[in-house]
Amino acid sequence: MSESLLEVARRVAGWAADGEEVEAFAVRARETDVRAYQGEVESLTVAESQGIGVRVVRDRRQGFAYAGTLEVAALEEALRESRDNARFATADEHAGLAAPDGVAPAALDLHRPELEDFPVEAKVELALELERATRSADPRITGVESAEYSDTVYTSAVASTAGVEATSSETGCYLSSYSLASDGDETQTGFGYSVAREPAGLDAARAAADSAERATRLLGAAKPPTARLTVVLDPLVTAQLLAIVGSALTGEAVLKGRSLFADRMGESVAVPAFTLIDDATEPAAFTASAIDDEGLATRPVELISGGVLRAFLYDSYNARRAGAVSTGSAVRPGYAGTPTAGAQALRLRPGSRSQADITAGLDDGLLVQGVTGMHSGVNPVSGDFSTGAEGLRIRGGELAEPVREVTIASTLQRLLTDVVEVGGDLEWLPMSAAGVSLAIADVTMSGA
Amino acid sequence: MPTPETDGELLPRELVDETLTAALRTGGELAEIFVEDKRSSSAMLDDGRIEELVSGRSRGAGIRVVAGDTTGFAHTADLSRSGLAAAAAAAAAAARSGADGRRAVEVGPAAGAAAPTVRVPPEAVPKAAKVELLTAADAAARSEGAAIVQVAARYGDSRRRILVANSDGLLAADDQVRTLFSVSCVASGDTGLQTGRETAGRTVGFELFDACDVSDMARRAARRALTKLKARPAPSGTMPVVVGPGGGGVLFHEACGHGLEADLVAKSASVFAGRIGDQVAAPLVTLIDDGTMAGEWGHYAIDDEGRPAARNVLIADGVLTDYMWDRIRADKQGRASSGNGRRQSYQYLPMVRMTNTFIGAGADDPADIVAGTSKGVYVAHLGGGQVNTATGDFVFGMTEAYLIENGEITEPIREGNLIGNGPEVLTGIDALGTDFAMGSPGTCGKDGQGVPVGDGTPTLRVAALTVGGTAA
Repeated sequence: MSESLLEVARRVAGWAADGEEVEAFAVRARETDVRAYQGEVESLTVAESQGIGVRVVRDRRQGFAYAGTLEVAALEEALRESRDNARFATADEHAGLAAPDGVAPAALDLHRPELEDFPVEAKVELALELERATRSADPRITGVESAEYSDTVYTSAVASTAGVEATSSETGCYLSSYSLASDGDETQTGFGYSVAREPAGLDAARAAADSAERATRLLGAAKPPTARLTVVLDPLVTAQLLAIVGSALTGEAVLKGRSLFADRMGESVAVPAFTLIDDATEPAAFTASAIDDEGLATRPVELISGGVLRAFLYDSYNARRAGAVSTGSAVRPGYAGTPTAGAQALRLRPGSRSQADITAGLDDGLLVQGVTGMHSGVNPVSGDFSTGAEGLRIRGGELAEPVREVTIASTLQRLLTDVVEVGGDLEWLPMSAAGVSLAIADVTMSGA
Repeated sequence: MPTPETDGELLPRELVDETLTAALRTGGELAEIFVEDKRSSSAMLDDGRIEELVSGRSRGAGIRVVAGDTTGFAHTADLSRSGLAAAAAAAAAAARSGADGRRAVEVGPAAGAAAPTVRVPPEAVPKAAKVELLTAADAAARSEGAAIVQVAARYGDSRRRILVANSDGLLAADDQVRTLFSVSCVASGDTGLQTGRETAGRTVGFELFDACDVSDMARRAARRALTKLKARPAPSGTMPVVVGPGGGGVLFHEACGHGLEADLVAKSASVFAGRIGDQVAAPLVTLIDDGTMAGEWGHYAIDDEGRPAARNVLIADGVLTDYMWDRIRADKQGRASSGNGRRQSYQYLPMVRMTNTFIGAGADDPADIVAGTSKGVYVAHLGGGQVNTATGDFVFGMTEAYLIENGEITEPIREGNLIGNGPEVLTGIDALGTDFAMGSPGTCGKDGQGVPVGDGTPTLRVAALTVGGTAA
């Protein structure tokens, strides 16, 4: 490679005019995606993409521009545009870039050359194997809507006139299987996955088995009458819930009065068993990274400790506004957006029991294996929580009949205080929160 | 100042021919190049301040080669001869047909350019004028009272120029300009915080604001948040649901729109597979997907495979008449694409997507629809939704809703999802109003790709939907 990503970022920062702060955030990603269908490769995508986001702060006003290429003319245009955009922002005494804070980035081994050396043919074979395994897992599996292998080699670099210089590279790959189970006219769907830093860590057999089991066990599902009961969230569902809770724990949401946690610091907001940590230095997390998107070291942040609200997540701007320090929690929506505070790798402190042990202790409940409409029925400002759900009833400690076309509803505030137990089955997922089984009492299941 | 936009061709003809020829070097039935040059600009006001203006550009090409059932795809931001050659070689290798299909491709004359729909190109509008819209919205929202504690407003525009060419000799181009404005308010009261949002967006330029008053939008968003401060918990259980004008489009988008996409149908991942000619909805339902509706959010002249947008009747008087098609699925059926092949950007493969999906006006007086409902829910404003096309179960969110008691709209209720099953809901539509309206501009997500879509309906009633609240 002619010029490293950090050199590109450094060069742009070096173009700063007098009285101007400049930060460049550059990324490069190499991706392979293979989809198998009916024993054939349905599609194979190989691609490399790159881009840069340029932030300019002048006279306490911030501007931003981006380009989807690293060609010099595009870099120059992005800086020019960013500079011009800054003129229109309202002056803000807290505006500015992140400054080095002396915290050393964790030494993490997140880049595996094994993935880069893994031949495309072997990736294709993994996708085909996943599809075969899903299809043959159960005679009631009548189709595989998608069986996919996907990987990324991701590199980012930040350089700024404030003295930040950081770079980070991670590899990641995953398998996902979405299966169709049929019995007569009825069809149900199931999802299975496996994530790892390198292909050797992937488990196609497990992804296929999970996918098939989740689909087949829903066969015969009916819409039950409305009831109020204890739900046990599957790890994947818990992770989706945690991501929403995390969005209300950012300094930005709190400072702007958009968080249900705004005035609750130091108070009990959840049951004592609930300890929520955001920690991108956890190497097992799919979204682990030693640096945040402003180039500061990531660090573990215990947000809720034994049910007590202890911390919010800060990027440098929101930290200055709050009179706090950055928690190394700057996140960006890719190179095309400005940084703000956000969770990077959430997890609950796990309990000790398996999901089976938890359900065995429930006389009447619902195991929720999938939810829909988390974006349309959950409001992290008001706390209203209502999502579509499917899963299995729990009766007398046993998994019983499947249910579909129901919603589960409560409020985020109540969900956290109604937690009955956190499972011991911590699971890493291809998203910014880890999963774990979570039992919550007194949830309304709305049905017929 | 912004660099003046050049209107030249995105890629010289000879480079198009050369790239397609290279892509077919190892065989394949179809090679395609999709070139995109997209400029976007946005401005954001939040917390009483103009926080930031953002502008950006992304430009590149996606090349696909179809050989048998396999599609090879590669994309590049490098539009030089060598960059395109490398991407063509990668796509060809990915399709790996192994045959020697060497054939030279020469694309035909470009298809007729679309009639210009943009009167005021956003790039020609001073940034200060865009910022003024934001401050006007902020002031208007806050004028609704001190309970409005937070206001965020966003202006955005984009110009997306595309060129599509393929080994059949097709060469087509389009120039798509969209402008969007949204306001979100937070109200604070004894019951906690509530939110209200309004969005306007059209496939037009800055003239959007001739017809759309941002201060009115802001006041509506503020009043929505204030109204919800008095909201009680939504009921739980199955009941009649009346959806106000415009809003029902999201319902149809989820209840059957996705299930009528030919890629899902072909994989038997849709409850509507094999049901052409069947009565799938109440006879008063005629559902149309129409990419030709000039100015609407889901409008374009050509789709992202170069096919002209079309008006497609999907359900006529309750009978399923057709699915929506892209090139690959249509080829397999020996028919033409319906102009629904779309992609988020050059970095993605196209697939079957909706455009503007709507149900035309019915014969019922909207007031009578409510008056004829003894107990139920009236949904005035919807959030998004989601569907499992294989089971037909779908949800959509209500962001402003009220109880209907004894034929009257009474108290506001808190937010939540409604859930139903597509085929059951379609047959259970028992009233359709005369007050057709298009709904809010939306971004439809499918398989990780987001594209702009529009929808519309008159006031309508579904005999039974499950409301996902917590109250008895």
